[in-house]
Amino acid sequence: MDDTLVTSPLQISKRKRLNQRSKTIIYLVLGLTFLLLIAVAGTLLSHAAITTNFMQKNLLPSLQYPFGTDWLGRDMLARTLRGLSISIVIGLFASFISAMIAAILGTAAATLGKTVDEVITWLVDLVMGIPHLLLLILISFALGKGTFGVIVAVAISHWPALTRVIRAEILQLKETNYVKIAGKMGRGKLEIAVKHMVPHVFPQFLVGLILLFPHAILHEAALTFLGFGLPPEQPGIGIILSESMRYLSLGMWWLAVFPGLALLITVLLFDLAGGSLRKLIDPYSAQD
Amino acid sequence: MILEAKDISFGYKKNANILENFQFTMENQERVGILAPSGWGKTTLCQILSGYTKPQEGRVLLNGQDIHKIKGYCPVQMIWQHPEKSVNPRLRMKEVIAEGDDIEERIIDQLGIERDWFNRFPGELSGGELQRFCMARALGKRTQFLIADEISTMLDLITQSQIWTFLLTEVKQRGIGLIAVTHSRSLMDHIATRQIILDDIDS
Repeated sequence: MDDTLVTSPLQISKRKRLNQRSKTIIYLVLGLTFLLLIAVAGTLLSHAAITTNFMQKNLLPSLQYPFGTDWLGRDMLARTLRGLSISIVIGLFASFISAMIAAILGTAAATLGKTVDEVITWLVDLVMGIPHLLLLILISFALGKGTFGVIVAVAISHWPALTRVIRAEILQLKETNYVKIAGKMGRGKLEIAVKHMVPHVFPQFLVGLILLFPHAILHEAALTFLGFGLPPEQPGIGIILSESMRYLSLGMWWLAVFPGLALLITVLLFDLAGGSLRKLIDPYSAQD
Repeated sequence: MILEAKDISFGYKKNANILENFQFTMENQERVGILAPSGWGKTTLCQILSGYTKPQEGRVLLNGQDIHKIKGYCPVQMIWQHPEKSVNPRLRMKEVIAEGDDIEERIIDQLGIERDWFNRFPGELSGGELQRFCMARALGKRTQFLIADEISTMLDLITQSQIWTFLLTEVKQRGIGLIAVTHSRSLMDHIATRQIILDDIDS
């Protein structure tokens, strides 16, 4: 009886399956490695992305040019990688600045009293109430487009959600018994912040930061696509996609399909990495 | 050292005060036992007396000074009913005990805390083991009054008597005023010099 039980196919498949934690770690590492590779490859290919070769123009995807070439004979693979790396770098800066704003405002709202809290909460609601894209276009346009404008625009429009999370976490922590007890033990505010608050809030902050990446990248691409973002010399994904629009009717589908797919995959990878990290740091959220 | 509560009123809802004009005075030589039915507001009273909760009316005075205006270490310390909520789950026990005010080795030994618990996290200890840490932490050098809110409910009888024997000698020796909230009359008869009973049920 026992033998049949042990060797039943169900048991074997159960034993072979990876446990959830190691699977999550694999996702996280794979995702981050892939993104790093794209960023590095794009930086190395900066020259190849703008080299024209009129002998090789409008080529279908082939072994030599896996993503085909465009109307100027530029290698679409090189351009796509370059575009993605530009997007990743901009996303990195923008989400980092955004997360910093969120950390400062969230902490201020939770600790500096009622008036500050009300003002910041109102500000959060205000920014959340304005359609993202509108805000992005306005800010980027006011700052004279270009990389700087895009980074500032994306950074300024993406902090509210994380601010809310950080504010709520700190408010909740302030009400816990152990933080109150530490106060009665004569521990200073700074010591309580470093010992009790930071170790709890920082992981949430990190996850929030990584989950901001996909938003930042998509919005950068959207902004650039609409012509309010990067200048045409910089082959961001948005630029590549908007330029390819004119050639789609000529049947040059590869100009849009591959860069678009690559953008989609990059965004999903970031989302996967952030989601995996969240599961590792805060196992309760895995049930959500 | 005198701990005073003057005209304390407190309620969680409007027009439904659970404490109404409560008066209380004790010296640090006294040991007060409080026995009251559930929902009477024992824990709330403990929190008010130790300065965790501000009463809507009235003041708590320690030697004539408002307890909410005391800076730094508060000489009135409270041991909470739920030890698992009183320690940060992310800190090791040695860090938890380090938060107290120079806790003597003697206290740690007499509470039966073992050395290898120091490197564990709160989740790796039982409620009774955690409660010992909370007691040790509250018995810092400058503690003048100790408020114990049903601290032995989760302990077995032998451990309970060990811990109360220790606590009693410690409090007597150092002249710490003790307020003990409990459900057990025999325990109260054993420890208290003054009893406040707001309950008719025999237990």
